[in-house]
Amino acid sequence: MGITCGIYATTLGLPWWIPPLMACLIFAGSAEFVVASMLTAPFNPVQVFLTVFIINARHLFYGLSMLERFRDQGRKRPYLIFAMCDESFSINFSAQAPSGVDEGWFMTFVSLLNQLYWVVGCTLGSLFGSALALQVEGVSFAMTALFTVILLDQWLKEPVPASEIIGIVAAFAALLLFGPDMFMIPAMLLILAAVTLVRSRLEPVLDAADDAGGEHEDACAGTANPANYGNDTEAHAGGDAQ
Amino acid sequence: MTTLQMIVTIAVAAAATVLTRALPFFAFPAGREAPRYIRYLGRALPGAAFGLLVIYCLRDVSLFSGSHAVPELVSIIVTGALYLWRRNMLLSIFAGTGIYMVLVNFIFI
Repeated sequence: MGITCGIYATTLGLPWWIPPLMACLIFAGSAEFVVASMLTAPFNPVQVFLTVFIINARHLFYGLSMLERFRDQGRKRPYLIFAMCDESFSINFSAQAPSGVDEGWFMTFVSLLNQLYWVVGCTLGSLFGSALALQVEGVSFAMTALFTVILLDQWLKEPVPASEIIGIVAAFAALLLFGPDMFMIPAMLLILAAVTLVRSRLEPVLDAADDAGGEHEDACAGTANPANYGNDTEAHAGGDAQ
Repeated sequence: MTTLQMIVTIAVAAAATVLTRALPFFAFPAGREAPRYIRYLGRALPGAAFGLLVIYCLRDVSLFSGSHAVPELVSIIVTGALYLWRRNMLLSIFAGTGIYMVLVNFIFI
């Protein structure tokens, strides 16, 4: 996946050092694809900030689940929080440190190795993409395919695909109204409004499904099922070690 | 975009990412329970975000000119159908992208 991200970014015409830099600083797979694409558009930091925040909103959940376990990690804590991508979270949440091994160091090395694989993958893809140098039309579809698969995976997991439908319809409406260069921020506001509007109907359904899945180990609905997140590892394509 | 603007853009994206990861640790330091609305948003937004991202990827595709979005539609259907069948993310992405490249380079020129 890292290799794919590197090739994707360089075939957009970006310099080779962009993917490794993103892998080091951002370390969130799907966000890096979008940022790469936005780097080819006019400078718009507000849109980048909001888009990345929405894409990574699920990480809010990971933090809520790890509050206790990161609490006493001292100097390791900032890095553990920084590197908590989908894969780091799913491993650290579900795996038990072997006996005799410090849990903090175990989690730190899981995250560090995860990021190392990701940085190496992005760099290799980047160098490969730059070396090819020829601009083949159509490579950029990799991002569309990536998000199609993640969307489909989300859709299948939900008791009702309400969020997914809201996302598609609101984004399409905003695209028609505001055009391709201006629609992202209105689309996000529209999504927030629509999700808030259906909360009284949707929240009980989601909660009931999470309860039925045995996911309620703590107060954070939908985060406490390691098996579930294990399956997510591929689908979320965050910083990925593949 | 200039090199400086690129670096600023990446830094902004990094800040937004760190914010989503670190916010709970600052907002709920003593194990205070998160507001229900925030938990609901964390649960309901990701699905919508990926719907938005698919539309974002297709924002410049026109239904009424060029190849009328046929390569995009065909490739998305192949990507999705293959995923439903094999549940293999990388396989679906490579196959979908490959078919798209064939369509735009050799068939819908």
